[in-house]
Parts: sequence; C-alpha cells; structure tokens
Amino acid sequence: MENNFFVDSDKLSPKALEIKHRLETDPSSRCDHMKYLPGMERIESDVCANVMKHMRSFDHSAYTERDVKAALESETCSIEGFKALLSPAAKPFLEQMAERARMETSKHFGNTVYLFTPLYIANYCENYCVYCGFNCYNNIRRMKLDAEQIEREMQVIARSGMEEILILTGESRAASSVEYIGEACKLARKYFRMVGVEIYPVNTDEYRYLHECGVDYVTVFQETYDPDRYEQLHLLGHKRIWPYRFDSQERALRAGMRGVAFSALLGLADFRKDALASALHAYYLQRKYPHAEMSLSCPRLRPIINNDKIDPLDVRETELCQILCAYRIFLPFVGITVSSRESASFRNGIVKIAATKISAGVSTGIGDHESKYEGKKAVDSGDEQFEINDGRSLDRMYKDISDEGLQPVLNDYLYV
Amino acid sequence: MKDPDDKLILGGHKFDSRFILGSGKYSLKLIESAVKDAGAQIITLAVRRANTKTEENILDFIPKGVTLLPNTSGARNAEEAVRIARLARELGCGDFVKIEIMRDSKYLLPDNAETIRATEILARDNFVVLPYMYPDLNVARDLVNAGAAAVMPLASPIGSNKGLATKEFIQILIDEIDLPVIVDAGIGRPSQACEAMEMGAAAIMANTALATAGDLPLMAAAFRQAIEAGRKAYLSGLGRVLTRGAAASDPLTGFLRD
Repeated sequence: MENNFFVDSDKLSPKALEIKHRLETDPSSRCDHMKYLPGMERIESDVCANVMKHMRSFDHSAYTERDVKAALESETCSIEGFKALLSPAAKPFLEQMAERARMETSKHFGNTVYLFTPLYIANYCENYCVYCGFNCYNNIRRMKLDAEQIEREMQVIARSGMEEILILTGESRAASSVEYIGEACKLARKYFRMVGVEIYPVNTDEYRYLHECGVDYVTVFQETYDPDRYEQLHLLGHKRIWPYRFDSQERALRAGMRGVAFSALLGLADFRKDALASALHAYYLQRKYPHAEMSLSCPRLRPIINNDKIDPLDVRETELCQILCAYRIFLPFVGITVSSRESASFRNGIVKIAATKISAGVSTGIGDHESKYEGKKAVDSGDEQFEINDGRSLDRMYKDISDEGLQPVLNDYLYV
Repeated sequence: MKDPDDKLILGGHKFDSRFILGSGKYSLKLIESAVKDAGAQIITLAVRRANTKTEENILDFIPKGVTLLPNTSGARNAEEAVRIARLARELGCGDFVKIEIMRDSKYLLPDNAETIRATEILARDNFVVLPYMYPDLNVARDLVNAGAAAVMPLASPIGSNKGLATKEFIQILIDEIDLPVIVDAGIGRPSQACEAMEMGAAAIMANTALATAGDLPLMAAAFRQAIEAGRKAYLSGLGRVLTRGAAASDPLTGFLRD
C-alpha cells in the first residue's frame, strides 16, 4: 500500500494547478535537491558521510536471531548491535528489548518524565512537502500571530503551569523572518524556563542570534534520510535542499545552543534505515560535540486537513516500540520525545520503557490556545499542521503520569 | 573505637550519618521515607530541578532539618557552576554546594580542571564546597589547596551501578588526603558501599542504586546498615586477609637458628 499524497484544491488557479501537477509528475521540473541555494551556509563536516555510509549498507534482512541475542547480551551496544535491534529479526525479542531499555532509562533518568508543549505562531509555508498540512498548495486557513497575540497565547499556556515551550512556524522566511521568531523567543523567556525552536533551518549566525534571544534547543526533523525518497516528497522550496537541512543541528551547536533534537518522519521511507540514520546522526554529533545534549523524536505520519487517508503504513505501534527500545539501548543518555501524534495508551506505556519527554496540552493550530485551554470563543485561528491523537491537558497528563508511579517534571533547566 | 565521637565533619558542620542521599531520580513523594530509612542528614538536589514555579517543588518534599546539598549539574565550566551555586544560595538552599561540571553528555564524567577553578572561587565566597571529581591525587591536592571541604571521587560512571571500578585510586586519596573522601557515583549495591567504608571513605553518596531498586525505602535502610557496618569495620581495624591459601602451620622461616 502507498499513501496518495496528491490533493488538488479547487481554490488553485489553472496555472497554479498546472505547475503543481508538473512538479508532481515531472522530476526534471524540480530543482537539484542536493545543490545549495544562494545564501545557504555550507560547513565542513564528516558527520553526514559517516551516517550515510552506514545507512546505505544497512541490509536489515541480513540480521538473525543470533545477532539480536548478541546485541542484548552485550553490556554496551555497538552500531552493529543497534542494527540488529532495528532489524525484523528482533521482533520476537521485543519484551526483552523493553526490559533492557527500561533499565537503561531508569539508570540515566530515574522515573522522571519531562513535559512540554508546542506553540505554533505561524503556518505560512513556501514549501511543497506532499505529506504536510502546511504545504503551500494545501487550502487551509493561514495565520501569523503578531507580538501581542503571541504574548497572550504564552500567558494562557503559562497559566496552565507549563514551563517548557517549543516555538514552531511553517517554513517561510518571507512570512516568518528570523527576527520575527527571535522576538517571539524573547517573549517566551519571560514566561517559560526553557525555550526551544522547531523552524526552518538557518545559518550559524542566525542560530547565534536566536540563542541570544533565549533559544537553547533546536529541533530539525530530516523527514527522511534517504535523499532519493526525500526528493520525491519535497518538491518545491528551500526545504527541498537535503544537505543544508542535514547540517542544521551542527550549525546550531556551533552557534552555542545547548541541545539539539533529531528525527525522521516514520512512514515516508524505509523506517528501519531512517531510524538507523536518525540515531547515528545524534551519535556522530555527540562524539564531535560531547557537551551537547541530544534528543530523538519518533513522529509517524498523521492525517492532515484535506487528506485524512495519510497513514504511517508499515510502522505500527509494535515497530515504533521496537525502534524506541533500540534507540534507548544504543544511546542510553539521549532524551526521547514522544509527541501527541501517538495515542494516550501508547504514550502511557512507552514512558515506562524508553521515552523521557512528552507533550501535553497540544494544539498544532495557530492562535487557538485561549479557546482550547480556557473555553473562550475562538476569534480567529489558523489551521492545524496535522491531527493530534492524544489531546490530554497538562493537568490530566500530570495526574496520569503520577498515577503510573512516575515523576512528572516541568523544569530541569537553567540558563547559565 | 578510635573516636567515640565519630562524626562526619564538613566545613565545620558535624553529621552522624555518613550516607548522602540523591533525590533526582525517583518520585518526590518517596523522598521523606527515603531520608528516614536511610537515616540521611544530607540530601543532594539539582538546582535546575529546584528552579521551578510548579506547586510540586522538590524543595518542599525535603524534610526540615536535613542539610541541602545543591549540585551544579548542567554546568559546563567553572563560571557556569559558580552562577548555579549562587542561584542555589538565593533559592534558600544554604551554603553547601556540590560542584558538578561536565563537558560530556554521554558519561557525565567530571571536568577536573574546571572543578578546581570553581572550587577556588566558591570557597573564597564562603561556600562549603564538595567537588565531584575523577580520582586523581594531584587534582585532589589542588582541591584541598583551593579550599574544598571534602573531595567526592567517582567509583564508576554515574548511574552505572558498577561499584568500585576506581578502587585503587580512591584508596590513594584516602591515604594521602586529609579531607573527608566521599565516594560518589557508581555505587550500585550496599556491599559496595560497605567496602568503600571499610577502605576508610568518610561517606557514601548514592541515588541511582536506590531509584532502580524494587523497594526504595527498604534499599535505603540496607545502604544505611551497610555504611554503618563498613564504618565500624574501618574503625575497629580490619583483620588480616590472606590472599592465597591458608597460612602454613610451620613457618617457612622456622629453620633460621639465630
């Protein structure tokens, strides 16, 4: 089964439709996704080559029960062991993997679970990424909050008790400039103990500017580490440039950020290869920047407005659990975030095994926290990026986690 | 007993308990019973965890009368550690500080050089400074000179529960350093804590060993007893341990005539 990502809006002009269809059907109409665009900084780094060498040669069907057992019996997990744990041969060992993962998590994080919430401040986007609700051809209500609206949203979230926030935008430099995002982050520092961003990739000097505005954590999802598949999914816009996106975390660390987060969007390509590459991306950067804090996410494809059929295909909950256990065993020290894309029951289970951070009180829409948190009538809001699955509020999440015998933590962070 | 008033003395403060408890890896609601069952008089806490607006602040869960030992986790150099220590004082955590400076997010191994610098600054600022360190004699001597109130060498990587991997080097510190040597990090079971105390360690700090136990208060009590047993064994003077076989009843040198 394949996802059908292509949806035509009746709001598009014949000319726009023609361009869209050409992008979708004629690869020669699309720009070279491996070639940097003007203004994109290029850094010297061997991280990408190291990651890709392993990913290209990874034949997950070649691993056997014996390899999986050896990986589980070994005290530290090698890259080869990690590959075995990601392979189909590891599926019958899921319970043992979970036990090992739980032990590693408790050694490094005890029974704590960190909570955060995302805040989308704009959903304008210049890219055509076929699976994303914000894509420039999708007919949704677009919106960009001004400073006053942003502050009001932050006040509502802060009132709920949340202390860590992740600021997100659609990927449009024109609509959401680095300065606009920087000003939002300065506001965020007034209300929150920790501010992260998940925005379009920028150059080192721009990450440095954002760091000065109060950002200390940068999340960039590579979506898929397979450049050929990436090319077929990101048809237009700056995001199409695969290598510039790959080096984002390294630029952010060079700019002085304390931590960075990684992920592939599971369901777009061979998920085992993408999981391998995501973890190795963190692994090789940690060797190069040992002080940096690393974190992995594991989003799966979700339905979007105007395309409710989008599905993560072969990445079911069992596979997702296998990936997360393998991440934990291979990289015991990294944070693992599980978002509200996943169900409440999955998140309740996975925080006991491998995840260390979950979102609560989530909206992926723009400017709707007052209505969603406090029941006030929405004046005007922008549409969501994707449908969330677990809609629990902070209070509810806090209680549920406590009831599971875990310790929810709202802040473990200091700006120093 | 060498000293009937056997106390742990840190920066002029006297403690009966030689078990320093961690607090960051288990439920806040368990802190009180852990302190009680451990008989602990000192508890560490991360300043970054205490710096919160939440109603469930870790500081509120620590019983009155227990000395707080705020740590500087999250600091990557001396300056950051100093800033965190001063924030701890502002938060009302007192004058004790455990310096933790890590430039490595994987193993969380301490940076000895930066730790010496931070110790110097904070000791001058009248903190009771307890530096977490990799057990190196030269560094320990520098920490003494910098004004530390004790040294806290690691037994194994933090959280590993692997026990006294650095045993020989900790013994050297115990033998050569005139300050209390508090064994910190890596102690995974009561028997290991007991062994470190038998060697002459002044106290034991543990967190993960308790947090990962099935019954935390029970494990806290087990550690308490092990630490007390090890201390008594040390004070009583350990008997001879034969490394190979039994002693010959006829001495090998019995043939000597003069």
